[in-house]
Amino acid sequence: MTLAIEATELVKTYPPDVRALDRLSLSVQAGTIFGLLGPNGAGKSTTVRVLTTLSRPDSGRARVAGVDVLADPAGARHAIGAVGQKQGSDPGATGRENLTLQGEFYGIAGRELRTRVADSLERFGLADAADRLVRTYSGGMQRRLDVAMGLLHRPRVLFLDEPTTGLDPEARAGMWREIERLAREQQITILLTTHYLDEADRLASQLAIVDRGRVVVQGTPEQLKSDLQGDTIQVGLRDSQDAAARRALARVDEIGDVRLDGRMLHARARDGAGAIPAVLAALDAQGVTATSVTLARPSLDEVYLRHAGRAFHQANAEHEEVAA
Amino acid sequence: MTPLKQTWQVTLRGVRVFLRNPAYLLMTLIQPVIWLLLFGALFKAVTRIPGFHGGSYVDFLTPGIVVMLAVSSAGWTGMGLIEDIHGGVMDRTLVSPVWRGALNAGSVVYAVLMIVLQTLLILALALALGADFRGGVGGVLILVLVAALLGAAFASLSNAVGVLARQRETLIGAVTFVLLPLTFLSSALMQQSLVPGWIRTVAKFNPVDWALQAGRSAAVEKTDWSLVGTRLGLLVVLVLACAALATRAFGVYQRSL
Repeated sequence: MTLAIEATELVKTYPPDVRALDRLSLSVQAGTIFGLLGPNGAGKSTTVRVLTTLSRPDSGRARVAGVDVLADPAGARHAIGAVGQKQGSDPGATGRENLTLQGEFYGIAGRELRTRVADSLERFGLADAADRLVRTYSGGMQRRLDVAMGLLHRPRVLFLDEPTTGLDPEARAGMWREIERLAREQQITILLTTHYLDEADRLASQLAIVDRGRVVVQGTPEQLKSDLQGDTIQVGLRDSQDAAARRALARVDEIGDVRLDGRMLHARARDGAGAIPAVLAALDAQGVTATSVTLARPSLDEVYLRHAGRAFHQANAEHEEVAA
Repeated sequence: MTPLKQTWQVTLRGVRVFLRNPAYLLMTLIQPVIWLLLFGALFKAVTRIPGFHGGSYVDFLTPGIVVMLAVSSAGWTGMGLIEDIHGGVMDRTLVSPVWRGALNAGSVVYAVLMIVLQTLLILALALALGADFRGGVGGVLILVLVAALLGAAFASLSNAVGVLARQRETLIGAVTFVLLPLTFLSSALMQQSLVPGWIRTVAKFNPVDWALQAGRSAAVEKTDWSLVGTRLGLLVVLVLACAALATRAFGVYQRSL
């Protein structure tokens, strides 16, 4: 498979001595959704600014869609679509005017431009609001317009910097569906940054966890989570039969860390799905009746804790302290 | 072709905001009227100073008001870019392959359109007040041209200050600081032969005075074509230098990100 994004040892410092990127490297395969996950201030936005030609790193190399963004930023810009963290549209203009101006900036004109603008308004559910000032749009509509603007020139790689920050839950779910649809229907590579663990887990097929300006771990969400010594098995019991249940599970080699919490039994297993038959058989042999079995995969929260050495919300809080 | 089209699209963005905002539109149109009437009333006695030979006071003052208003209107141009920086529009624009010059030139053209509109209003009012513009239509058009050139230069400067400082307060301070000295260190309100020698010396280097000399000579005096030609030349060079400076400012802004 070809790489859509390739960043090598990016370093970026801001005066007086903030090291925003500390030899950050990552690679993204074409046609996938790649999630850059990290707390506030980890270097996610700086990475996006460098990869979208907006900002230059102190050192390092970066290629996007096969173009060296440092040697040929002008060439790279045609292949890149970018939706920033802030609203990128002009609130004093209508949705249609914003899209049209965006198209002109990319050298699209005339009938072609009018058609694309109309299609894009339709597609993002903005057709009815097309000739209203963006100032009057809801947060979700403004965000959809931002994405529509980022896609108008049909880029090969789309950068979404915290696409759902500040959106209400409904608009957030809508944006998730839109991103999934994009990845499915268009042959486009998406890099999205987020500080929401659930967002990264749901959308990204590949993930890099960033902390203090470097990638601490990269892989699929599943890989990262399976690195954490397996799964949690939860068995609901009909009655609280503590002693019998414990006796039963002591004989199952595949599991450990058995905890009983009321009528809910928790145990850790390297391969949860594989261990379930043995667990149920052992309980049955002791006359303990199970009413439910669930298998919980470790959460990204735990992955983050392990690789960054601190809990996610704690890292966010630390950053806010520094910022304050 | 594309750079010109992009410039024009940026200009249109400004024009649409102007047309959609009735209060702004009204103020832009009333301001020239107030300036001419106020300054006219205030400086009426200028013509009675011994040694004054500028003809009627409306004739003398009109080019002064035209030029002052051009500088003052153009000075605020950078506000738009500051708003774009804070609103996220600037970053989104700079990620696109748009010609950077268009971002400056588009708003400069818009500023010039506003200045031409205001200048035409002043000229119409001056005519109504009895100005006789000895230079005729051609001379008056040269006055409009110098106002446009001077405005273009200051609009670019304002953009450069806006993009580099990114603070409204800095731009407000700069415009306030620059406008009155530049006006007073010129022949805008007072005939050159009646001001102290040091002001005359300083005025030689003041673009506002270049515009005034050319505009006044062409529109209301016996036209000195070599004076008009050299001043126009100086203004054109200044416009290009300021535009280059403002265009480079986007690069400086980007390097700071």
